[in-house]
Amino acid sequence: MASTDRIKIALVGNPNSGKTTLFNLLTGLNQKTGNFPGVTVDKKSGFSKLPDGTTAEIIDLPGTYSIYPKTLDEQIVQDILLDPEHSQYPDKVIVVTDASNLKRNLLLFTQIRDLGIPLVLVLNMIDVAQLKKLNIDLRGLSIDLGVKIIPTNSHSGDGIAALKEALTQPLVKSKRPFYDIYDLAPKTIDAIKTEFDLTENYRAYQYAQQSVRLNFLNDKEKERIAKIKDENGFYDVPTQSQETLGRYQFISDIVDRNVKNSRDPLKKSVSQKIDRVVTHPVFGYLIFFTVLMLIFQAIFAWAEGPMNLIEGSIAEFSGWVKGILPEGILSDLLTDGVLAGLAGVLVFIPQIAILFAFIALLEESGYMSRAVFLMDKLMRKVGLNGKSVVPLISGMACAIPAIMATRNIESWKDRLITIFVTPFMSCSARLPVYAILIGLVVPEQQVLGIFNLQGLVLQALYLLGFLAAIGSAYVMKLILKAGQKSYFIMELPGYKIPSWKNIGLTIYDKSKTFVLEAGKIIIAISIVLWVLASYGFNDNFRNAEENVRQQVGENASQEEYEVALSSYKLEHSVAGSFGKIIEPAIRPLGYDWKIGIALITSFAAREVFVGTMSTIYSIGASDDDEVTIRERLREEKNPETGGPMYTPAVAFSLMVFYAFAMQCMSTLAIVYRETKGWKWPIIQTVYMTAVAYISAFITYNIFS
Amino acid sequence: MRSLAELKKNERGIINGFKDDSLSVKLIEMGCLPGTEVSVDLIAPFGDPIAIGVSGYCLSLRKDEAACIMIED
Repeated sequence: MASTDRIKIALVGNPNSGKTTLFNLLTGLNQKTGNFPGVTVDKKSGFSKLPDGTTAEIIDLPGTYSIYPKTLDEQIVQDILLDPEHSQYPDKVIVVTDASNLKRNLLLFTQIRDLGIPLVLVLNMIDVAQLKKLNIDLRGLSIDLGVKIIPTNSHSGDGIAALKEALTQPLVKSKRPFYDIYDLAPKTIDAIKTEFDLTENYRAYQYAQQSVRLNFLNDKEKERIAKIKDENGFYDVPTQSQETLGRYQFISDIVDRNVKNSRDPLKKSVSQKIDRVVTHPVFGYLIFFTVLMLIFQAIFAWAEGPMNLIEGSIAEFSGWVKGILPEGILSDLLTDGVLAGLAGVLVFIPQIAILFAFIALLEESGYMSRAVFLMDKLMRKVGLNGKSVVPLISGMACAIPAIMATRNIESWKDRLITIFVTPFMSCSARLPVYAILIGLVVPEQQVLGIFNLQGLVLQALYLLGFLAAIGSAYVMKLILKAGQKSYFIMELPGYKIPSWKNIGLTIYDKSKTFVLEAGKIIIAISIVLWVLASYGFNDNFRNAEENVRQQVGENASQEEYEVALSSYKLEHSVAGSFGKIIEPAIRPLGYDWKIGIALITSFAAREVFVGTMSTIYSIGASDDDEVTIRERLREEKNPETGGPMYTPAVAFSLMVFYAFAMQCMSTLAIVYRETKGWKWPIIQTVYMTAVAYISAFITYNIFS
Repeated sequence: MRSLAELKKNERGIINGFKDDSLSVKLIEMGCLPGTEVSVDLIAPFGDPIAIGVSGYCLSLRKDEAACIMIED
C-alpha cells in the first residue's frame, strides 16, 4: 500500500494518562522507533488495522501537559501540530486523558481542539475513575466539550474496538472554538491571520505566543511576527496565564456539571497510604536501597547464564565457519572481526533486558516517581537529579543499559551530566582486570582480623569510581549552562498494577534499538581493531613464520610454535607498532609497549586486556586463565632495573587507569546514540582518558 | 502572607497568587489555580521536595518552587 492513502493519526496526551499502553494496544508489535526529522527526539510510530480494512499510521507523540512545551521532547508536539506542512502532520488526533483526573487532563484537549484538527477524546483508565467512585456523564460531557468521546480501559482492552471504529468515521471539526482567544489580542490575531493566511484564531495566536520556538518559520517571518506583537502590545506570559485560567474556568464548570464524586473526601486513598510508607525517612530509603540491590544483583547474577550462552554459541558458530572456509583473510575477517564484534553486541542483551524489565516495572507501578522524590535533594547537591539514581547504580553492572536508562530525565543538562559520569561507575567488565592485578600485587591477608585485604582494595576501586562520578558531576554542574530553566514539577501518579505487555514491549524495543543503532558502531570498531592487531607492514611481520620457526627451534611442538607465532605477529602488527609508538607517552605511568598494546586492543572492552596479555606473553589458549597469566606476569622482568616488571606501582597505576579510562567502544557507541552526535562521546573519551592518565601517573609515583 | 513552602504537613490552604511569572504559567497548567485548595500531603525526608494534593491529584515540587505559590491568610 502506498503511504499516501494511509491516514496519519497522532496520539496526544498528558504523561501518565496511559497513552503508551493505548499505543501498544493499537499497534501491537507493529511499531518502530525512529527519529523525527531534524530533531533529537525519538519517534515511536506503528500501524493499526482499522475495521474498514484500511491501515492507519499511529504516531505516539511525547506526553505533555499543554501545548506550551517545557522540554525539547514536548516541543515536537507543537512543531507538528502547528505546521500543516510537516511530514508528520496528522489527519486525525486522539487525545488521551486520565478519566480519574479529568480537570487537568482536559486543558491540553481544549488547546488542540481549538487548532481545528479533527479529533476524538479518549477517557482512559475509566476503571480507575470508577474505583475512585467518580460518576461521569459521558453524553453530557460529549455535548459540552463538542467532541466524540470513547471510554477505554487500557488494562483490559475495553473500548479499543470502539476507538478503532470511531477512527474510520469522518470526525467533525468543531465550528466554534472551545475558548475564544480572540478578545485577548484582537489586533495581533487579525494581523497574523492576514499575514500568514490562517483561518483559526488560535493558530494565529500560537504564532504570536511561540514564534521564537517554531522551527518551520524562517527568520524573516519571525521578525514580522515580532513587529506585529510590538505594534499591538502583545506580551507572551501574561496573555498565556490569562488563556490558561480562562480555559480552566470553562473546564471546571463542565467537569463539575458532568462528573459526580461520591467518595468521602476525608478518606485516605490506597495510594496515599502506600506513599506514607515508601516516602518514610527510614522505611522509604530501606525499600529504595533494597530495590536497587535487587536490580544490581539481578543484572550481575541472572545475566551471566544467558551471556555465557550467547558467547558460547557465537564461539561455536565461529569455529564452524573457520572449519568450512579455507584459511585466509576472509575466514579471519568473518570470525575474528565480524563475529567477534557481533558477540560484543549481543552479549549485552541479557543485561539490557533485565535492567529495562525492572525500570518498566518501577515506572508502570508508579514507584519510580517516589524514588525520584526521595533522592532529589541528595542528588541535586552534586548537580544531578533524583532521576539520575537508577542509571548511576545500574552503571555498576554495565554502563550500556544505564546510559539508555537516562531517557526519562527531562532536563537535558541533568541528563547529559548523568550520561557523562555514569561510565566512571565500576562496571562488571573491570572486574577481570582488577582480579588479575590485585592477585598479582596485593597479598592475601586479613586486616583487623575480619577484612580481607584484597577485598578492601577491590572495594576501594569501586569507591574511587563512585567518587569520580560524583566529582565530575559537580564540576560539570558549574561549567554547563542550563539551556532552559529546569523544573521539578512532577506528578506522583496513583499506584497501578503493571501491564506485562508494556514491560515486554519495553524490553523488546530497548534491545532492538541497542542492537541496530549501537551495534553498527561496535562491529565497525571491532573490525578496525582486528585489522590493527592482525596486520603489519614491516618485514618482521611478513617473515613472521620463518622468524618464529628459527626462534623456537626445530624441536618445538606445533602448539608451541603457534602460540609463539601469534605473540610474534601481535608484536609486529599495526597495533604492536602503535604500542611501541605510544611507549614514551605511557612510560611515566610505568607501562611498557606490551601494556601499550593491551591498552589499544582493550579499547574494544576492558576485559580484552586479559586476552591480549595472554597472547603477548605467549600463553596458550588452553592455559588462558587468571592464575597462569598472573604467574607469567610475576616472572616478567623489567629490562632496565632487572627487578620484576609488575611492581605494585605498575599494577596500581594500571588499576587506576582502568577505573577511569573510557576503554569501552560500546559505551562510546551508546553515548553517540543517546546524544545524537559525536561531540559528547569525544569530549567524554578525552576527559576520561585525561583523568585516567593523570591519576595513574600520580599513583605510579606514590608507590614507586 | 505565607507561601506554600511554609505550610506544615497535612495543612491546607487556598492558592492566592504567584511570585514568579514564568513559573506561574507552568503551575497554572498543572492545575494550581488561584482559589483552589491545596494540601501538603508529603514532605521528603530532607525537607525537600514536597508533594501536594491539588485539583484531585498529587503533585510534587521543590521547596523553592513551592515558595512561589502564595496562600490566602
